[in-house]
Amino acid sequence: MMLISCPWCGPREEAEFHYGGQAHVSYPEDPSALSDEEWARFLFYRDNPKGPFAERWNHSASCRRWFNVIRDTVTYEILAVYPVGTPKPVIA
Amino acid sequence: MSTQEFRTAQGGRIDRSRPIRFRFDGSDYTGYVGDTLASALLANGVIQTSTSIKFDRPRGIFAAGAEEPNALVQVEAPFPEPMLTATTVELYDGLVACGLGGQGRLSPEPDPARYDSVHVHCDVLVVGAGPAGLAAAAVAAETGARVIVVDERPEPGGSLLGTRETSVLEWATSVADRLRSNPEVKLLTRTTAFGYYDDNFVLAVERRTNHLGAAAPAHRSRERIWRIRARRVILATGAHERPLAFNGNDIPGVMLAGAARTYVNRYGVLPGRRAVVLTTNDSAYEAVFDLLDAGVEIAAVADLRTGGSPVWGPRCAERGVEVLAGYGVADVTGADRVSAVTLAGPDGSRDVAADLLLVSGGWNPVGALYSHAGGRLRFDTDLGSFVPDGCRQAVAVAGAAKGTFGLAGCLAEGAAAGREAVEAAGFTAPADTRLPAADEQPASPTAQVWVLPGDESRQYVDLQRDVTVAEIRRATGAGMRSVEHVKRYTTAGTAHDQGKTSGVLTSGVVAHLLGVDVGELGTTTFRPPYTPVSFAALAGRDRGMLYDPVRVTALHPWHEAAGALFENVGQWKRPWYYPRDGEDMHAAVLRECRAAREGVAMMDASTLGKIDVQGPDAAVLLDRLYTNMMSTLKVGSIRYGVMCRADGMVFDDGTVIRLAEDRFLVTTTTGGAAAVLEWMEDFLQTEWPDLRVHCTSVTEQWATVALVGPRSREVLATLAPTLAVDNASFPFMTWRDTEVAGIPTRVCRISFSGELAYELNVSWWDALALWQAVYDAGQPFGITTYGTETMHVLRAEKGFPIIGQDTDGTVTPQDLGMDWIVSKKKADFVGKRSFARADNHRPDRKQLVGLLPDDGTTLLPEGVHLVAAETVATGALPEPPVPMLGHVTSSYHSAALGRPFALALIRGGRGRIGERVYAPLGDALVPVTITSSVLYDPEGARRDG
Ligand SMILES: [Zn+2]
Repeated sequence: MMLISCPWCGPREEAEFHYGGQAHVSYPEDPSALSDEEWARFLFYRDNPKGPFAERWNHSASCRRWFNVIRDTVTYEILAVYPVGTPKPVIA
Repeated sequence: MSTQEFRTAQGGRIDRSRPIRFRFDGSDYTGYVGDTLASALLANGVIQTSTSIKFDRPRGIFAAGAEEPNALVQVEAPFPEPMLTATTVELYDGLVACGLGGQGRLSPEPDPARYDSVHVHCDVLVVGAGPAGLAAAAVAAETGARVIVVDERPEPGGSLLGTRETSVLEWATSVADRLRSNPEVKLLTRTTAFGYYDDNFVLAVERRTNHLGAAAPAHRSRERIWRIRARRVILATGAHERPLAFNGNDIPGVMLAGAARTYVNRYGVLPGRRAVVLTTNDSAYEAVFDLLDAGVEIAAVADLRTGGSPVWGPRCAERGVEVLAGYGVADVTGADRVSAVTLAGPDGSRDVAADLLLVSGGWNPVGALYSHAGGRLRFDTDLGSFVPDGCRQAVAVAGAAKGTFGLAGCLAEGAAAGREAVEAAGFTAPADTRLPAADEQPASPTAQVWVLPGDESRQYVDLQRDVTVAEIRRATGAGMRSVEHVKRYTTAGTAHDQGKTSGVLTSGVVAHLLGVDVGELGTTTFRPPYTPVSFAALAGRDRGMLYDPVRVTALHPWHEAAGALFENVGQWKRPWYYPRDGEDMHAAVLRECRAAREGVAMMDASTLGKIDVQGPDAAVLLDRLYTNMMSTLKVGSIRYGVMCRADGMVFDDGTVIRLAEDRFLVTTTTGGAAAVLEWMEDFLQTEWPDLRVHCTSVTEQWATVALVGPRSREVLATLAPTLAVDNASFPFMTWRDTEVAGIPTRVCRISFSGELAYELNVSWWDALALWQAVYDAGQPFGITTYGTETMHVLRAEKGFPIIGQDTDGTVTPQDLGMDWIVSKKKADFVGKRSFARADNHRPDRKQLVGLLPDDGTTLLPEGVHLVAAETVATGALPEPPVPMLGHVTSSYHSAALGRPFALALIRGGRGRIGERVYAPLGDALVPVTITSSVLYDPEGARRDG
């Protein structure tokens, strides 16, 4: 069970959180302007890397805030925690 | 009763003043406080505990701890428990047990014991209270750090308990005393750390009363799970001795050398009278001398090293113990117990009479927890063992667990690990560390041997699983090159002991057979739990009523008193139906339905999800999330709405009540409330943070009573004299704040049945008073309470879908026949773009339709499939795969229609209305006719009363 540092509450048990999938997949500005393929890519295609992955987490059993995390999918190490809407930090 | 004829005259850590009576496999024996079941059996001359699972061969006590592969037992009394190892069951008065051949029996009796769990944080967690662990804990505890020490044995001391070492053991006892009196330290004995997870999260199980038998106090939890989050972890988990594969190595009386030593020193038990010793290393000689001094005759020592042991050889000669260097065991004779051992070596072979054969094939550092933590292991060729080789977690390994087998080395390494851990956790370690002086014999190198020459079908690798070298050869012969494959093919290492003694041996045998380096081959993956953990312990108090929260409405006591039967809807208990005397469900539901359609009826609808949506941009948010327009809703009015996911599939539905320009009350399905709130919050926080909106769950603030039926208006009028209830003053889909029976109430004209109906919303606190007032006022009209089953029948007759029952996440509003709910005016809303996807225009999409069984009597089971007439033209189903048209999603008896009916999702269903299809039910094909999904009052004439 991971220990996840909520930016608002501090380090808490993984069980308090809800996973939200890949981060930085924004709802398109104008969906009607997208081709079927572009829209399908938004709906159905997500990265599945081995290694660092930017993903969304929600502290659902506490402050209910969404935030982003860079987590290594091999080691489960959390390499960065950063607010929604800010750019993905560069991980050395 | 037997007389413990194998008990030594004195010595051991048993309490000879406290004899214990116990029963094993139907015979009565005695032992002492401090015994394990295994040591007490050995004291009574019993070494065989069971027969093996596959070949039915006798199996005896082989080890002295948690690594025991053979001596599985079932405890029958005082508390039934299967699959324990005799080597870890502490003896208590009245214990009744029997041996198991690999499989236990769960007790059908309910378990009356309590189990619980504790969450705890610490600076340093030390696993193992042997010399290394205690040295680490002693240093760490001195700094004021919060330290937890766990150890699986009843008393601290670890391997020292099985030796004749006294001064270091005295030190260990004093360290333990100091730890116990330190308020920042927790020393937990009888506690096994069984899993090591991410971010230094370690699970341990403490056996609190198991060892007390019938004397266990009922108020004390039997077992406790410790959920420990540690800043640093020190693993001082010791090592397990490794057996060797040779002919007849499974016969009772073959025992690990270190285990025999433990039986003699710790329990004052002689595991036999005359022993042969087979070893690859020096450690077995310690056993030789301990046994010798206790009175066991050592017939011979076969040392597989051609040079024998330079240190121990001369000492053996002094004591008249014959050492055969370069010799191994060619065979073992004996049926139920070893009677002779055939030794073979450079100068030929000979038979030696013995009842005990002690084996040491080297030592395996216990790397299980380290591996759970993500640590790597490497093979140390000097030690002939896999040792820790780096881990990303904040963990250190000390002592034998690291491959350091000398006592002085273990103490020093433990102290150093303790120092490093507290320093890393921000404490200042003491300047010097007082460690006891320890004798340490110089050890000569271990021979790396796995298999001795012989008949591979008689050479056992995993004693519990009956896996032989021959079977492993079959695996490698079939082309397997990975130990993981060999493990799965042969089942080696998959028993209760998870290969504690057999795992590395399996790797060694595979390496031997393939002619590869065992270090290259590696071990199989260790996974939690390290030792078996009972489900009862893992469940703790989260069972029965506490397994999952039970949510009840404010009216629950009334429903119970009225004799309602309840249905679980998510965590909610909802009244299902209210049977009257002699009524079955069918009769009750028909009666309740008739009341709602013909008179007046009432239902507790409080479980509806309710979300208060407030803020200047509330209408904008709802416009973006619902398929229809919400911003045009007038204050005082109500609109039904559907939400879709971005893929266009229906996700939830409910009503939206506009309370003010900037405030709405949104209702959701009972099961969807949490998900809808999360959906709104997600968009507000991550996509549209510019919207000024706040969402609050008010599900349990508002209680809701549905008042339904053509006479509901009359009931309401008597209770709310100031409310204009006529249709013009209070039209459908509007709401009014008023007083009902003197209680502030928001009355909504909403109908989920097609009938004239009201939903009365009051504070949760007022719910019971309101309900009772409505019930009383309704008596002259024959008001009838109804539950979820009737609600379902009424809504299904009207073709109202239940999201999650008639839909499954692959159904669009159009599939439900609800194009009218999808706004054409809005530029966008979540899901809109997906409605233009080609897949959503396939003519064969499943659509919601009604079904009427042709015979007018068959109630179709929900979930039953439907096939086209041409598919069953022969009168029977064709060979699979059978082309399916769809399936039944809802099915009920209808009082109004006088027959059963169903809703179904059927390919191109709306185009098939009038078509006859078939429902395969057992061997029968039930003909049914597809209809519109609205079977009752399709004109909607009844909603205004
Ligand atoms: Zn938080």
